[in-house]
Amino acid sequence: MELFLAFAKMSLAGFGGVLVFARRAMVEKHRWMTAEEFNEAFALCHFLPGPNIVNLSVVFGSRFGGIPGAVAAFFGLVGPPAAIVTALAAIYAHYGQIDAIQRTLAGITCAAVGLFLAVIAKMMLPLLKQRDPVALVLLFAVFAAVGLLRLPLPAVLLVSIPISIALTAWIRTRGTA
Amino acid sequence: MIAPVGTLVTIAWTFALMSLLAIGGANSAIPEMHRVAVDVRQWMTDAQFADMFAISQLSPGPNVLIVTLIGYHVAGIAGGLVATAAMCGPSAIVAYIVSRRLQRSAQSEWPRILQAALVPLSIGLMCASGLILAQTADRTVVAAAVTLVAATVAFASKLNPIWLLAAGGMLGLAGLV
Repeated sequence: MELFLAFAKMSLAGFGGVLVFARRAMVEKHRWMTAEEFNEAFALCHFLPGPNIVNLSVVFGSRFGGIPGAVAAFFGLVGPPAAIVTALAAIYAHYGQIDAIQRTLAGITCAAVGLFLAVIAKMMLPLLKQRDPVALVLLFAVFAAVGLLRLPLPAVLLVSIPISIALTAWIRTRGTA
Repeated sequence: MIAPVGTLVTIAWTFALMSLLAIGGANSAIPEMHRVAVDVRQWMTDAQFADMFAISQLSPGPNVLIVTLIGYHVAGIAGGLVATAAMCGPSAIVAYIVSRRLQRSAQSEWPRILQAALVPLSIGLMCASGLILAQTADRTVVAAAVTLVAATVAFASKLNPIWLLAAGGMLGLAGLV
């Protein structure tokens, strides 16, 4: 129950992503994890598929309370905002075609895309600093396949994941040999 | 509105697959959501997809809730619930199992290789998301400028994103975008 409430609070506070709030609540306020534990759990959730923060709630909840803990954290995180979004969806379905709302939403979309680009830029910085040519080529190839050519994601991943893992493993073993 | 069972099954299957393909987070799956929802299934127009992205960014909670909006648009409340559960469920189960395994064998080299291999792919997908969203949102020069300014401000400062979204909405309402 405590897990449910804590996750509900952090998800409702989190506009444009919950991560910052999750960190504050888990590490600073409740002291459920150290900063290192949080980073490690987040790194794990980051390379697993699916919504990161949802995965994080499940991993975290299960460490504290097994499967019931995972379920409580999950519903705390997703339940309340999903109810809000559903209400907004209903409003949109009724009034979405009104001109003033159309214009406002169009403006918000432009800003939201800008925020999104800023997040991507921040994520790319460490990769650019490493100057790892293999990683950059892979990055661009996936971008071109999905963004420019609009190929289906399953096909792109089916090809790119094995290639990337093979290259990375090969470079690593060569580096240590 | 009572949705036909066939539609709900389609929604469940579509998002369950996407859940497992979204490496690096829900935002990586945006190109695939766009492709399926707009091009393949023709559930909505380009502009409606952009509106949903805006609403999902505007509401509190994890960004993955754009799938709740898409599900609702297609099949009402049941659609929203099915889409959300399908998008979060499979990857949450994977996260739960993997985190259990890792606690037992923390010494393995594989998680690190896997992570290094997947990071560039996931950022490539995010770039594709950014491109597709920008193409749907920024149809005028002013709109593109709003996106650019929002991106720069968000990148360079720690301003709460909600202010940028509000500013975008105001400009839109005023009919400038």
